[in-house]
Amino acid sequence: MSNRVINLLVPIISIILGLLVGAVVMLFSGYNPINGYIALWNGVFEDSYAIGETIRQISPYILAGLAVAFAFRTGLFNIGVEGQLIVGWFAAAYVGVTFELPAIIHIPFALLAAAAAGALWGLVPGLLKAKFGVHEVIVTIMMNYIALHSVNALIKTVSGGNYKTDPIKETASLRSEFLANLTDFSTLHYGILVALAMVVVMWFILEKTKTGFELKSVGFNDHASQYAGMNVNKNIVLSMVISGAFAGLGGAMEALGTFGYMATLAGFTGIGFDGIAVALLGANTPLGVIFGASLFGSLKYGAGNMPNAAGIPIEIVSIVIALIIFFVASGYIIRVGLQRMNKKKGAK
Amino acid sequence: MTFLEVLYFIVPMMIAYAAPLIFTAIGGVFSERSGVVNIGLEGLMVMGAFSGILFNLSFASTFGAWTPWVSILVAMIVSGLFSILHAVASISFRADQVVSGVAINMLGIAIALFLVKMIFGKGQTEFIERSIPVLNIPILKDIPFLGPLLFKGIYGSSILAIGVAILAWFIIYKTPFGLRLRAVGEHPMAADTMGINVTKIRYIAVIISGGLAGIGGAVYAQTMAGDFGHATINGQGFMALAAMIFGKWHPIGAMGAALFFGFAQALAISSSGIDFMKNVPAVYLHILPYVLTILALAGFIGRANAPKANGQPYIKGNR
Repeated sequence: MSNRVINLLVPIISIILGLLVGAVVMLFSGYNPINGYIALWNGVFEDSYAIGETIRQISPYILAGLAVAFAFRTGLFNIGVEGQLIVGWFAAAYVGVTFELPAIIHIPFALLAAAAAGALWGLVPGLLKAKFGVHEVIVTIMMNYIALHSVNALIKTVSGGNYKTDPIKETASLRSEFLANLTDFSTLHYGILVALAMVVVMWFILEKTKTGFELKSVGFNDHASQYAGMNVNKNIVLSMVISGAFAGLGGAMEALGTFGYMATLAGFTGIGFDGIAVALLGANTPLGVIFGASLFGSLKYGAGNMPNAAGIPIEIVSIVIALIIFFVASGYIIRVGLQRMNKKKGAK
Repeated sequence: MTFLEVLYFIVPMMIAYAAPLIFTAIGGVFSERSGVVNIGLEGLMVMGAFSGILFNLSFASTFGAWTPWVSILVAMIVSGLFSILHAVASISFRADQVVSGVAINMLGIAIALFLVKMIFGKGQTEFIERSIPVLNIPILKDIPFLGPLLFKGIYGSSILAIGVAILAWFIIYKTPFGLRLRAVGEHPMAADTMGINVTKIRYIAVIISGGLAGIGGAVYAQTMAGDFGHATINGQGFMALAAMIFGKWHPIGAMGAALFFGFAQALAISSSGIDFMKNVPAVYLHILPYVLTILALAGFIGRANAPKANGQPYIKGNR
């Protein structure tokens, strides 16, 4: 088996193991795992409405996954996607509510505001890492909570004491009658196109530009990059800013598409943390992220069907997702197992 | 309210908020001092809160007044066992410790909510009847000023928390085990050469951190919350992580930081009732612990240095 095959097999085996352990959990809790997974499948593919909603769910997952993956490529772990997404959500909603503009300007303006807000939230940990060598993991976690509390306070200020903003203007909305009619009035919106465009952007930056080469080079070995004359600190900041911008756009999906407003949050949305799973499963490549986001987006949306159709609590899917991350993270042991099997076969 | 009344009101509340953070943060100190990053504290606290509440509800009639204390013990064991997952992944399987911690957080809340829905058929448990008792300590409570401030209306668990902090300091700095723990976290190869079993020490440290985080979760659930739902533990684990860093990976420092964060939380909740705090928006107090942690890390409040080998799996023979 070549390295390439093993690299591909690790995530696949992780998914299978995750689903298997999920089945065992269901079995031991007195549920029927086959019914459970059938309900999950139907929740995703049953009719055009379910498919529309699933695609809608996938869009922010793609962007969150891109954000995590992009930073990973520069050797940075951006746990702050959640916070960057929240500030992006608010920025997009604010622009959508406040301004009166034709749609052709309003939508890009709102998207840009969201990206800028996310980028700003990524800039802080980037700068601290570059200037003071502070580990980005802790700073981004702290920034998540700062985002949560600040945005909740801002929503109250903007809406005059209310717990949610006014609905955004029609001209800023990504919703479309065409898509709604196509999918039996689901909340599917054009955000998926934005998300896919960003996949191309990430691929282009990483594979086709000098900046992308430098970013990846810093990720592989920052000392060598420094020696080769690259500005490591600049690349660290840049990577966090771009990563934050992706995450901010993920928030815009919720503001301009799914909800059309922003309400105060009691806790995190979870999309940012799931983004870590998406990136990990997709091996931090743009194409892989689409794959990971499709899987986790489908799992998350399809799970909504499980309590009704099979009587199984929706959390079983979160258990499966967590297990998959766990197995992907422990990829070392799967690799060792695969190589052993390989050797045995070779010996025969 | 006069200033003194405010103090008598705020300080007990501060200690009550801080106690769960102290337990969990000290758990974090043990794990990270051995070189294993534990972002999973939040998930471990969730498991502790859930198992504590569940045990309390199920066995309140059997154990009577002792119920909350036995529940804490059970929570410690459950979270200790749960943390073995993190230990196996990050020590034996050489997983990225941060990723494994994230998985622990997701898994903790998912398993707890799954079981809550299975057992109770709804999103949260019933309220417990036996919560951790509030004590008035005899003699000490009659000391002027300090008495009503520190020894009146204090949760038994808060006293335990301070005891644990001192015990942790003793273990980490005054016992052979503590020396080994710190050696493994700073330079595992040197420790290995001296015959210390790096893997074993790290396993023990992670399990201790799980147990303490479990206690922290159970204490929070049985003092502040009273039941378990999806938002019972909402960031306390990460705040404990912040307290650990703000306290510079030192048990007493972590306790001090936790007390300070507890103070910020108590102020945020009660600021509307205090004259000179009325005009300060609560949001500033809510984000204060996090902002301070970032400032501490950036070196504005003294230098905070993590253990050298923190986050790196130890691979024998690798240099």
